[in-house]
Amino acid sequence: MEQVLQQLINGISLGSIYALIALGYTMVYGIINLINFAHGDIYMIGAYVGYAVTRFLGLGFVPALLISMATCSILGILIEKVAYKPLRNASRISALITAIAVSLFLQYTMMYFVKPDTRTFPDVLSSNKISILGGKALLDTKNIYIILITIVLMLLLQYVVLKTKIGKAMRAVALDKDVAQLMGVDINRIISFTFAIGSALAGAAGVLVGVYYNTINPLMGTVPGLKAFVAAVLGGIGLIPGAVFGGFFLGMVETLVSAYGGSIFKDAVAFGILIIVLLIKPSGLLGKTVKEKV
Amino acid sequence: MWVLSVNSLSKNFGGIKAIRNINVNIEKGNIIGLIGPNGAGKTTFFNLLTGIYSPTSGEITYNLDSKIRTKDLKPHKIVHYGIARTFQNIRLFKDMTVLDNILIGFHNRFKYGIGSAFLRLPSYYKAEANAYENALELLEKFNLLDKKDELAKNLPYGDQRKLEIARALAAKPKLLLLDEPAAGMNPIETKELRELINWIREAFDLTIILIEHDMSLVMNICDEVLVFDYGNLVAQGTPEEIQNDERVIKAYLGEEVEEC
Amino acid sequence: MMNKVNKKILLGVILFAFYILVHVLINTGIIDSYYELNLVIIGINIILAVSLNLITGFTGQFSLGHAAFMSMGAYTSAILTAKFNQPFILALLLSGVVASVAGILIGIPTLRLKGDYLAIATLGFGEIVRVIAINTDYIGGAIGFNDIPRYTNWTWIFASVLVTILLIKRFLNSYHGRACIAIREDEIAAESMGVNTTYYKVLAFAIGAFFAGTAGSLYANYFYFIKPDSFGFMKSIDILVIVVFGGIGSILGSVIGAISLSIISLFLQGIPELRMVIYSVILFVIMVYRHKGILGKREFKIFKSRKKNRKKVEFNVGAISK
Repeated sequence: MEQVLQQLINGISLGSIYALIALGYTMVYGIINLINFAHGDIYMIGAYVGYAVTRFLGLGFVPALLISMATCSILGILIEKVAYKPLRNASRISALITAIAVSLFLQYTMMYFVKPDTRTFPDVLSSNKISILGGKALLDTKNIYIILITIVLMLLLQYVVLKTKIGKAMRAVALDKDVAQLMGVDINRIISFTFAIGSALAGAAGVLVGVYYNTINPLMGTVPGLKAFVAAVLGGIGLIPGAVFGGFFLGMVETLVSAYGGSIFKDAVAFGILIIVLLIKPSGLLGKTVKEKV
Repeated sequence: MWVLSVNSLSKNFGGIKAIRNINVNIEKGNIIGLIGPNGAGKTTFFNLLTGIYSPTSGEITYNLDSKIRTKDLKPHKIVHYGIARTFQNIRLFKDMTVLDNILIGFHNRFKYGIGSAFLRLPSYYKAEANAYENALELLEKFNLLDKKDELAKNLPYGDQRKLEIARALAAKPKLLLLDEPAAGMNPIETKELRELINWIREAFDLTIILIEHDMSLVMNICDEVLVFDYGNLVAQGTPEEIQNDERVIKAYLGEEVEEC
Repeated sequence: MMNKVNKKILLGVILFAFYILVHVLINTGIIDSYYELNLVIIGINIILAVSLNLITGFTGQFSLGHAAFMSMGAYTSAILTAKFNQPFILALLLSGVVASVAGILIGIPTLRLKGDYLAIATLGFGEIVRVIAINTDYIGGAIGFNDIPRYTNWTWIFASVLVTILLIKRFLNSYHGRACIAIREDEIAAESMGVNTTYYKVLAFAIGAFFAGTAGSLYANYFYFIKPDSFGFMKSIDILVIVVFGGIGSILGSVIGAISLSIISLFLQGIPELRMVIYSVILFVIMVYRHKGILGKREFKIFKSRKKNRKKVEFNVGAISK
């Protein structure tokens, strides 16, 4: 029982990271129907920015988080403008390969400059183990930070998307670009904004991972990137609650599978669940089924 | 002799009742017009007839080569039963040539296996040559022969409509379903289409059901007209009867006539 | 008629001459083992690209798991030749069969999915295959499978490439192939014309996977050594890039794409630190400036001059009905 509880805490922490990355995937997909494979690498860059800011500038955790988010949103806008905009009307496959090209570019450019070695993230958050439930489980303060920050960011996002004018415009563009444009929405601005928000969340996830797991390297974005995308699809791609749900769900399942002897098959489990969910409900667990009109 | 019998057919999409309790029999050799305002359920009716949707309740029975019931209706089997259709928003194989579009129409008539395709056995050559000849004949009849090597997407609109009908005929149907064949055509093209449809019925010995908004076309060529409104079959009869039916005039034709 | 036969004979003679020429050059050592290795890689890439083109380019089913089929073929062949001393021809064919069966098994459930969803499901399938391979000790796990006998040579490569292209081209020029292309063009219309779309999608997967499996076998029996990570997600992407670069739905494009991209990566090996950076920039430039591929859907129409000059008959349908 203690074990389960402990694993649940770990699972929620891992799930928060997935959820933060998944949000960016889902928002970009919702708005321009592109699987932004470079998103995982934006998260990696977020981690490196956090690393640089804390190590070389000696700043604390919160400034590092904010600077990293800001840098990543600029990077996200830049990527969209340079790489994806010229291909907005190209085939899906071309756009996807471009996204992969951007991903490789980010990975290997980083590798060229920071070298492929794994680096240790400075300890910017004190780690206090608090025993809860009468010593049945240990709760690290880092867990609390991660979960709290994730929740705050999600609430902020929810507020922006549902309550602000630009959020309304985002939803309109996601539903129908042409009509939104006719109604006076500046699509380019909305797409940039979407990339900015999504990338900022990935940047935050990068810093959180650095703080939580202590190690970063230039290829760290690939696997969590793919998994976060799986999470977004699980929940129903294009849906913000879907990404959050999918992220937490995947984080929990993975942690539990590793805890109970299946760690070597951890990665396969994520994809196995994905395939099963897609077969049963192709639009994701929270998604609506749409049939092509004849 | 009837070829199609529909019994208390209904189709709901969530809370929307697209088709409500339709009962109708279609006689062999007739041209049936299906009219009604937009959203009346005409295309949904076609999609039910061709197995793209399955009915919420009710039954569809075809009396073609053999009796076919609702449960046998799968979109890809329809052609084997002798039913072919066209689509409201033209669905050609755009990046294939005109000729290849027709050849797809022959799909259900080919028999040779994959091995025969790989090894180019005599059965391959025989079947392909035969289909090729037939396709050319069909294209010739539709005045499309000189365009056989063009990509379907490069044809002018009227020719695309014609090609879609030719493709459907390639499957040698006994029952042809045309979904708004005259949509987007000018009066001259519509007149040509009218002659084409009449000729098809004679030459191919077919029953035709067509959805159409062009009343001159419907009233001129149809033997019988069905009027749909809000998913209901509100009237059925000869063009003259329909033109004089008060319910129809009120629901639908009245406005049309005034507009003209 | 004569014209067509002549062209075929001419093509056959050219290909045979090319085969002999390279064979002689290898035997005399003018093409050294380094260039031979690259010829083998190009050949394997052609087989992979042409077979993926059947699935993605012609049938329109977006697959990101092609390397998994290659992997299955490679391991099958490695087991058969290294552990059971079976003849290479048998290993080659069985590799194809195993991959093909896997293609059918994964195809039947996942092909209900469309577009990006299918892409992600196939990506997931590829990752699952890789993780299972990593955790199977019998085939060497993550360390890899060693001491596979080398059977692949220029003759095997040349023959395999030729057979792959010939069979896939023949398939595409049959009513089965036309059905596949029709599915890509418009699934609903294809269905309404009697095409059993599920059957043909699975068939395209099965055939594509078969040839990918043989490519894996050729790979394993050339390089002595295979490991699961050689057949990961990036390998699937590499194959897809060749297909898109050459032109979706063009066999000749896939061949040219495989050759040119193999040569590009050959040159990039000289600068290992920047190799992937430059590769990604090249990819990006190709996609932005030539996103239909170098050949688009064009094809050498060698077998297409098939008709006697039919007199164009003006035929007024209206006149008949009167």
